[in-house]
Amino acid sequence: MTQSFPVTITVNEKIYRREVEPRLLLSDFLRHELGLTGTHVGCEHGVCGACTILFDGESMRSCLIFAIQADGHNITTVEGLAKDKDNLHPVQQSFWEAHGLQCGFCTPGILMTLIPFLKQNPNPTEDEIRHALSGNLCRCTGYQHIVDAVKLASEKMKAVK
Amino acid sequence: MKPAPFEYHVPDSLEQALGLMRQYAGDAKILAGGQSLVPAMNFRVAQPGVLIDLNRVSELSFIRGKGETIHVGAMTRERHLEFDSSIEKHIPLLTEAAQFIAHPQIRNRGTLGGSIANADPAAELPVLALALDARLKAQNASGERWIDAHDFFAGMFTTRLAADEILVEIELPFMPPRTGWSFMEVAPRAGDYALMGVAALVTLDENGKCKNAKLVYLNAGDGPVDAKESARLLEGEALKDAVIESAAAMASEKEINPFGNIHTSIDFQRHLANVLTKKALKQAAQRAEESLQ
Repeated sequence: MTQSFPVTITVNEKIYRREVEPRLLLSDFLRHELGLTGTHVGCEHGVCGACTILFDGESMRSCLIFAIQADGHNITTVEGLAKDKDNLHPVQQSFWEAHGLQCGFCTPGILMTLIPFLKQNPNPTEDEIRHALSGNLCRCTGYQHIVDAVKLASEKMKAVK
Repeated sequence: MKPAPFEYHVPDSLEQALGLMRQYAGDAKILAGGQSLVPAMNFRVAQPGVLIDLNRVSELSFIRGKGETIHVGAMTRERHLEFDSSIEKHIPLLTEAAQFIAHPQIRNRGTLGGSIANADPAAELPVLALALDARLKAQNASGERWIDAHDFFAGMFTTRLAADEILVEIELPFMPPRTGWSFMEVAPRAGDYALMGVAALVTLDENGKCKNAKLVYLNAGDGPVDAKESARLLEGEALKDAVIESAAAMASEKEINPFGNIHTSIDFQRHLANVLTKKALKQAAQRAEESLQ
């Protein structure tokens, strides 16, 4: 029998209190305990990037963190980006307009990688964009439309300011 | 994939952590950034009975100048090394090489101490610890000792840390004046494990001849490989193409001992080591010459 421990984790500005086994991965906590299935699980060893979330504002792999380690921390998932379906985040809107996805499996992880990236680097070159995307595997697109979407997002986000 | 069950401890001071290490020595594994350990646990390659999580031991996260050295707490995230201005000023090799460690998402979580203690021959930070002549502070419940990085690694994923010791602090000396540096690697994709990589340092004397050189390789043996004999060929020499080529040939053919893997043959690794050494030495020599002017 494995012991469970209480945790309090803020996800997308909402506070959740749950009991977790120490071995429960944060990715599984988000999906199975909270029903936030926007965070995708691909490789479960830190290579594919599909499970990328923001941990206290920094992009990290949720499959390489135990849920218990997020106790007291702030998590943002892809569900936290848009107010509602008519008010997408500029990065989401750009992916829509530039057709930056095909099957969409990698998209949540890519979006969560890009949020801090575009904050730190509002005018990225194509090389920098491709480098930033290197930690997120996409099996469909060949990345061209994703790169286009990131360029569009950086323009949109500048226009907002 | 789910990790096997384990007993979890999360101390919030170093003292508590050392007490736990004494209590569970041998059964316990330290959880630092977890960017290597958690994948291994997900695959159940690693099934530690007890996990001691250092992520709440805030006293192990710092970057402090001390005389001609910089002291870094073992739990300092790799991303903080990458952006630290004192490191960039005094140890630019580390700043440059930090950008080759996996991806930003990994560097946001992974730690300096975790990577060094994990002793993965394909990792960047153990190579940098040797190249930079780091000293490593190990502590247990009864005391502390400093270990020279050159005495720290003991083979594949193995170090000289005792079962109850924690690597707590890393001392990195400033790079000496008139020193040029270079870090280069070849990986299938940016951020993947490199097929081969090298850290090169060149210190010139007042006359512009090589006073001291270092060549340390990753994925070139059962730990970071310090090619001392090849580096010695450069000492006392003006760093012209011929001597650089001799050092690259010696390092790639004699001093490294790569194993090959699914992505590369051993011959290709040696070829990469040769090419990378030449390029890295030229860049390091050029940077050292620029510092003379």
